[in-house]
Formats: sequence, structure tokens, C-alpha cells
Amino acid sequence: MVEDRSISGRIYAAINFTLLAIIALITVLPFIHVVAGSFTTNAELAANKFVLIPKVWSLDAYKFIFSTNTIFRAMGVSIGVTLIGTLFSMLVTALMAYGLSRKDLDGRKAVNFLVVFTMLFNGGLIPTFLVVKELGLIDSYAALILPSAISAFNMIILKNFFQNIPEGLEESAKIDGCNDFGILFRIVLPLSMPAIATISLFYAVTYWNTYLTAILYLNDSIRWPIQVLLRQIVVLASGLDHSSTLDGTVPPPDQTIKMAVIVVATLPILMVYPYLQKHFAKGAMLGSMKG
Amino acid sequence: MQEATAPSSTTPKFQPKKQKRNSELKKRLWRNKWLYVMLLPGVLYFIIFKYLPMYGLVISFQDYKPYQGITGSEWVGMEHFKRLFAEPEFFNILKNTLILFGLNLFIYFPVPIILALMLNELRGHFFKRLFQTLVYLPHFMSWVIIVSITYVMVTMDGGIINELLVYFGFNKINFLLSPGWFRPMYILQVIWREAGWGTIIYLASIAAIDPGLYEAARMDGAGRLRQVWHITLPAIRGVIITLFILKIGHVLDLGFEHVYLLLNSMNREVAEIIDTYVYTAGLRQGQYSYSTAIGFFKSVIGLIMVMLVNRISKKMGEEGVY
Repeated sequence: MVEDRSISGRIYAAINFTLLAIIALITVLPFIHVVAGSFTTNAELAANKFVLIPKVWSLDAYKFIFSTNTIFRAMGVSIGVTLIGTLFSMLVTALMAYGLSRKDLDGRKAVNFLVVFTMLFNGGLIPTFLVVKELGLIDSYAALILPSAISAFNMIILKNFFQNIPEGLEESAKIDGCNDFGILFRIVLPLSMPAIATISLFYAVTYWNTYLTAILYLNDSIRWPIQVLLRQIVVLASGLDHSSTLDGTVPPPDQTIKMAVIVVATLPILMVYPYLQKHFAKGAMLGSMKG
Repeated sequence: MQEATAPSSTTPKFQPKKQKRNSELKKRLWRNKWLYVMLLPGVLYFIIFKYLPMYGLVISFQDYKPYQGITGSEWVGMEHFKRLFAEPEFFNILKNTLILFGLNLFIYFPVPIILALMLNELRGHFFKRLFQTLVYLPHFMSWVIIVSITYVMVTMDGGIINELLVYFGFNKINFLLSPGWFRPMYILQVIWREAGWGTIIYLASIAAIDPGLYEAARMDGAGRLRQVWHITLPAIRGVIITLFILKIGHVLDLGFEHVYLLLNSMNREVAEIIDTYVYTAGLRQGQYSYSTAIGFFKSVIGLIMVMLVNRISKKMGEEGVY
């Protein structure tokens, strides 16, 4: 578009720019405040009421939270669940999506409907909980993965992507003696890397952010992922206890310690954020195409 | 292979049409056997974790006892549903749910549209990308992180917001425990986390607008604001309507995690919604059947709303969503 160089045009652009800059700043300011707060002492935090730059820098909060292995264990659980969960989800999602993408498959419409209907109606919290319990998954890591292994939405996005791959490629592979597994893993998947990357990231972020399934299915605090531990430290310790897991005799942890835990739980997402943003934007586009 | 071809080879001449079709079907099924093997884990997943729970909804008509199981528990008919509509607490929860939904619809919903329009008006590729990168960020944080950051910032002991209030001569406010602050905090957090990310779909459809339209408008002397009003907004009308419909379809789905994290004994009066109540009454107090009945009610309303708004959208000449 041609630049509007009139005075009113410039004022308009300047106001728009300023407003957006303020909005962007407000959006990230809380994160920066928390990061800054985690790198100072509690006394400094209480005395100087800084928003961004503390005068005294300190690693005390991090030394404290890493002095026991609680955080390491929770991070380990979250990383493990995220890696294994993403691999597993990707595998079953891709298998199902490929099967459903083949137009000559009898019964694919029925299976498709089976999947779409679950997006419109579900059994709800309690019946799902009872199924998980009957399967003996309570207090197992599998409970964090299996009950949400396939997202119907992700599966449909991937299926649509597979459908756009020219059928000729598959045909020629079949003539060369490839069976359907060979076609999927040697031809279709390598051609679908952008979609695979997008959906893997969708799954990975979901697994990393897992909270609900953990509080539903895990009673044992030893198995808690980082999100549950974080909530325990920050929210419950603020004296807002509504599950009475903390007995109130322990003094609430310092602000700096809470901030340090938040930073630790956020860090993995921040590290992959550049990739996330690129792929997720693409994924949102894929999702907006009608299937 | 043997089985599929056997009948046709024994009676090749007088094969009825139906039988022939059958044998072709069998052939096709056999040829696609690996595809069915591929579908198997996925189908099993949906049956076990989606359809078995739907079957489990029958416990809302029973007096479900964990040790008796679904088959052994006593049937009580509509009793739980009757109790539901007789209980004043249920209407309070329904009211809370609907109010949060209203906030989502009327306060949150326009924000991404306005933000997308503003981002689109931005000249200069660098800043556009920078601002987008910054406002998308919170979307990738879990609700636990969003709520935790809010907590450390607004807490009475040492939170920066309250410190600033004192600094400017105001009294401290107990944002976390006061029922009056629950709804503003809820919707501000929704905006903070989702508004930036919500712009993506609008930006995509704005990008598809023919630049010639703006050119023509400028020739006619339309200023930038008038171009937004007369070209950009009408061009994304379809997307706006579709997203609005989707939102209405999810009338009772406000996200358990977010509200549950904000909920405490002081703000329960306004913060308890259907999802959190089902969790508390069902899993914490063991009223399996009663809370399943509430969840069932919610699911049915959700399904009806989706079908209804989908039909309305088709009538209005917009594309259906499902």
C-alpha cells in the first residue's frame, strides 16, 4: 500500500503506533517483572517497589528452589510426559489421519463422524474419570497421556493435509511394492513435515501445560508435573487454600521464590517460542480451512 | 485373499449381482487391511476415552456407588435432575456461568478484531512482526502460569499493584479474595492471554483483501479510518460471524482450569461455575451421580446450542461451521 504522507495520515499512524506499543508493553511487562523479581532478594523487592530493574541482584531464590529435588523431579515429570506424550500422540494421530485420508477406504465416513461427534458432545468429567479409574490408570503417568492422546481437531487438520498430497505418488509407490505403512512413513510423512511440526508443537505445548488431568488422576504428590507444583507453591501458599493440602503451619514462601518457580516453569516455552510462533501461526491457518 | 476370491471361482457363471458386489467389497477390505490396522489405535482411543464416558452418563439416572459399579447400582430415574432444578444453588451456578459467558461475548470478543485492525494499519514490517511476537506470547502460557503471575503481582503482601496503589495514596485492595474483583480479573486475564493470538484469523482474512479496493477508496478521498470502516470491516464480516457463532456454541464451556485456579472460599458465591461445581461435588464430595447429571445437562445444552447457531448461520447465508 502507498504511504499516506499527509499530516492527518501521519498523526493517525503515530497514534496507532503509540497505542500498539503500549498494548504490547502491557502484555509483556508482567513477565519481565516476574523475571526481574526472581533475580533479587526479598528485602529488595519489599523495600524498593521496582517494576523492572532491581538494584540488588541475587540468585538466592534459585539456590533455594534447587536446594531440594522437588523442582527437578516435577520438571523431569513434565519433560518426560511432554516428550513421550508428543511422540505417542503424533504416532496414533498420524496413523488415524492417514487411514481416514484415503478415499477408497470403506467405513471412513462412519469413523469420521465418530470423531467429529466427540467435538460436539462428551460424557463429561465424572464418567471419564470413572473410565480412567476402571482401567487402573490412577496415579500413573499414563493417565496424563492416554485420556487425551488424540485431539480430534489436530487429527482432522492432519487428515486434510494428507488429502492434499497427490495420489499419483502413492500409486507409484504401491506399484514399487510398498505397503500402506511404507507409503505413510516413506512418502507421505516426509512430504508433510510442516504439518507434522505444527501439530507436534500443538501437542507438546498441551502436554507441558497439563494441569487438569494431573489434579484429576494423580493423588500422589511425588508424580506431580511442574504446573501442579507451581500452583501449589504460588496460589495455595497465598492463604487461598481451597483443597486443604497445605496445613497452614508452613509460612508462605517469599515472593522471590514464587517468581523463580514461575520463571522455571515458563522457561522451556520461552526457549521454543520463536519456533512456536512461526509454526503455530501456520497451524491456525491450517485449522481455519474447512474440512 | 483366499477367502475373498473363493466364492467367485466356484460359481463363476451364475453369480448374482449382490454376491458379486460382496466379493468386490471383501477384496477391497482385504487390500486395505493395513489401513484398518492404522485406524485401530485411534478408533480404540475414541471408543474407550470418548464413547465409554458417554455410556457412563447412565449413572446420572442411578444412585451410583463405586463398589457396586454401573451394573450394580440402583436406578433412581430422573431424581438427580429433579434435585438439580429444585436446588437454588444450581441456579446461582448457572447464573455465574452465563455471566462469564456474557463477558466473553461482549467484552473479550471485539478486542482481537480491534487489535487486528490496528496491527493491519501499522506500516513497517519490523514493528508489525515485533508487536505480533509480543502479544502472541501469553497464549502459550498455561493458565497456571497466567494466574500465578497475576497472584504475585496483586497479592496484599508485596504485590507490585498494591504497592503502587499505596504509593499513589490509595488503600490496598484484596483482589484475590474479593467477590467484586473476580469477574474483572477473570476477563482481563482472558484478554491478556488470548486477545493477541485471536488476531491471527482476522489478520489472515484481511491479508486476502484486494489492494485495489483501498486504491479506489483513496481516489474517492476516503481517509484511513473510513477505509477501515468501509472496506476492511465488511471484508472480514464472514469470519467475524463464524467466530461469533462458534463462541455462542460453547456457551457453557468457559474452561475449567482458569476459573478453578481463581476460585477460593471467599469468592465462591460469584466464581463457582458448572465445571468447577461438577469437580467439587463429584470428585471431592463423592456425589458421582448428581454431578454427572449436572455435566449431562451442560453437554446437552452445548450440543443444542451448536446445532442451533449452525442452522441460524446457514439461514443467514453464511457458511455453516460444522
